[in-house]
Amino acid sequence: MTAIPMSHGLILGGVLFALGLAGLLMRRNLLFILISLEIMLNGAGVAFVAAGSRWGQPDGQIMFLFILAAAAAEVSVGLALLLRFYRLHNSLDADSTSEMRGR
Amino acid sequence: MLELLWLVPAIPFASALLLAVLRFSRKAVAWIAVGSIAASSIVSLLVTVSYLLAPPATNSYTQVLWRWFDVGGLHPDIALYLDPLSLIMVAVVAFVSFLIHLYSTEFMIKDEGYARFFAYMNLFVASMLTLLLADNLLLLYLGWEGVGLCSYLLIGFWYRDAENGLAGRKAFIVTRVGDTALVIGLFLLFYELGTLNIQELMQRASQHWPIGSAAATTAALLLLGGAVGKSAQLPLQTWLPDAMAGPTPVSALIHAATMVTAGVYLIARTHILFSLAPQAQFAIAVIGAATLLMAGFSALTQWDLKRVLAYSTISQIGYMFLALGVGAWPAAIFHFMTHAFFKALLFLGAGIVIQSLGEEHNIFRMGGLRKQLPIAFWTFLIAGLSLAGLPLVTAGAFSKDWILWGALSATHGSAALWAVALVGVLLTSLYTFRMIFLVFFGQAQAKVTRRPGNAMYIPCLVLALLSIVAGYVQGPFARFLDTVLPWNAGVIHAAPITEITSEGIAALVFLLGAYVAYILFLRKPAYAVMLGSSSAGGALHRFWLSDWGMDWLYDRLFVRPLVWLAQVNKNDFIDAFYAGVARINEIAWSVLSRTETGKLRWYAAGIAAGSIVFIAVVLFL
Amino acid sequence: MINFMEFAFYIAAAVAVISTFLAITRLVAVHALLYLIVSLLAVAVVFYTMGAPLVAALEVIIYAGAIVVLFVFVVMMLNLGTQAREEERQWLAGDAWIGPVILSAFLLLEVIYLIVRVGPYINMGGIADPKQVGIALYGPYLVGVELSSMLLLGALVGACHLGRPAPRNKEVRG
Repeated sequence: MTAIPMSHGLILGGVLFALGLAGLLMRRNLLFILISLEIMLNGAGVAFVAAGSRWGQPDGQIMFLFILAAAAAEVSVGLALLLRFYRLHNSLDADSTSEMRGR
Repeated sequence: MLELLWLVPAIPFASALLLAVLRFSRKAVAWIAVGSIAASSIVSLLVTVSYLLAPPATNSYTQVLWRWFDVGGLHPDIALYLDPLSLIMVAVVAFVSFLIHLYSTEFMIKDEGYARFFAYMNLFVASMLTLLLADNLLLLYLGWEGVGLCSYLLIGFWYRDAENGLAGRKAFIVTRVGDTALVIGLFLLFYELGTLNIQELMQRASQHWPIGSAAATTAALLLLGGAVGKSAQLPLQTWLPDAMAGPTPVSALIHAATMVTAGVYLIARTHILFSLAPQAQFAIAVIGAATLLMAGFSALTQWDLKRVLAYSTISQIGYMFLALGVGAWPAAIFHFMTHAFFKALLFLGAGIVIQSLGEEHNIFRMGGLRKQLPIAFWTFLIAGLSLAGLPLVTAGAFSKDWILWGALSATHGSAALWAVALVGVLLTSLYTFRMIFLVFFGQAQAKVTRRPGNAMYIPCLVLALLSIVAGYVQGPFARFLDTVLPWNAGVIHAAPITEITSEGIAALVFLLGAYVAYILFLRKPAYAVMLGSSSAGGALHRFWLSDWGMDWLYDRLFVRPLVWLAQVNKNDFIDAFYAGVARINEIAWSVLSRTETGKLRWYAAGIAAGSIVFIAVVLFL
Repeated sequence: MINFMEFAFYIAAAVAVISTFLAITRLVAVHALLYLIVSLLAVAVVFYTMGAPLVAALEVIIYAGAIVVLFVFVVMMLNLGTQAREEERQWLAGDAWIGPVILSAFLLLEVIYLIVRVGPYINMGGIADPKQVGIALYGPYLVGVELSSMLLLGALVGACHLGRPAPRNKEVRG
């Protein structure tokens, strides 16, 4: 029997999540932003599995499965959008467009 | 029939409302406006007839419509009071208004504000009738304010020209000074005597206040202040000449026949109060005498036809004030009646002349019009003779002689006042004939481009007839008014000369004035030019032309300091507060709008920061 | 004697954190992806030590084996070249990373505080083997499975549509 407290598992998830967030905010290249997004999702998954492991029930893993499915869907669409973006602006700079500004 | 009294002011009110709210064609507007005044006149005629045939017991008839309010012991009613005084005034006002409305249907036909004009005019007539029929001073004040409002609206009728708006504002502000005095007087009367009902007021005043008491004198002087403002007497007369900026029917109705006599009516109505305050009454006489002289001199120098008539109005109302001041109450009202007829006619005639010559106002550019506008000439001449006082034939002579006699022989009369009034007759004759000779005789300088129609001639003819025959009813008039306005409430002053002699002297003065005017303006105009171009003559001319410098004085004394004060206070702290609120909003906007960058990472950072704050709040608060 | 699983957990956790850190600070996309794969493998080991062998396997197969491969394909398609490296160097210069690091650090501290303050934790280690997971999926979580399949279908259609070649003469609208 392992004796790892659940808090350590959760903290690991938190650390991975924070690293992904830092990468998201730090990088200008859209590709890196998507990679950071994956890291964040992975971190959240770690937390879920840790919680499920504490109870010894499969629910945590099932949640991770769903997260995986969502991540896969998001990645495919996101990369397709990235390719579109590249075709349009010929660069992957996320700061090059500000059309969300609304004015 | 007397119960129909309420219709007299109500019909014009209703028609004013109708014309203001709904749209009608020009013809419909004319019919409604003139029709309402005609209806009001007919009702007043019916009321008059039934009053004369069966006079009520107390010589007065009160019709209470409803209680206005009941607060703190003050409970005025909307009530109409009919006695000989108000009867005469209502009859004259309604009838003259009707004639002027008829005239205006054609005079104003080309104006785009046709309906607006008649709405205002009807509202004015309604307010004036309310004023005359008011049973208590508060309702009278309502009518007072109403006529002031309509005067302002109608003077500035052609509002697109800023000068007209200025003239309207001047009229309103100057009369406002008088109105404030009047209101303070009302406060004082209510505070001391506990009511504003005129009849009760007069009773209580004569019971509680001895003759010459301070309270009576103060109240009387305050009421006099209001009358002075509305009737354009010294020192508040400066607004009337400028009020000529309004259309001529307005000048005829408001500033000659009706509104400016509201002050006279007020004093006549409350004459018991003035009898209790001899000093105030003396003040009235002095004001009247001074005004009639000043305005007479000013009228001599004016070159604008309507301004001559304006100063003439001021001067004639000075006569009425003089009559009130010496205690000759019925003479003042009689002069009001004849003055309404011939002054309205003079203005209507002036309107015909001005319009026919294409808006030419300068009498020195007119001339020889008696051949081109004969009807206008004859009616104008009759009115002018009535104004100047051609004896025996014209009504004005009767009323003016009555006033002269009263100035000499009435309770507070004196020879000095009589002499002043006589000088006034000379001046009146002079400026009237000057006006007539310059406009209608001599060489024709301007061409007649437009001829008036029947709607404009008929009122002139009717008024001309009245200017002649109205004088003959002097005897019945005095007897009729005797119950309300007794002549000489006290001892008859022993006069040095008889009434006939006074009339004869007045007639001679009249002829003298006519002759001098004939010489100066018809036969040898060079004399007039010579008089005017000499240094003393020129200076006098300019002084009188500018209304004895009063406009200049008021400008320096009041207008400029106030304007300076307003300029200095332009950015006062209250404005700064409101501007500051707007400024803070602007700053907040500019700060917050910088967060809207449109950049993806910025928004993600925003979400992260927000979640930090949120969790911190949940954890620690 | 320390338990082998605990040992493995801590080592794998350290590897995951370090390689993640390296992944987000690389200048070349491929390098970052490689580090990411390492991180995912480490996390798979973590999952195994937590008693979840199924998701450990799935992490490797799907996450590292499909999603990251997708990234690699896209990088290959973009064919960015060396000037991309210089660009990245410029973009990451100076104080571009101070703000994000502070924000993330704060968030992490708050999360750790939240986790730690709840009190002593029970240990992990309950094994939930694939059989249990499968029964749960076909039982209580059936609707979830169907929904995620619909999600994947939506993503498929979306990716197909977005990936079409740009029309020649019309304005490209994303």
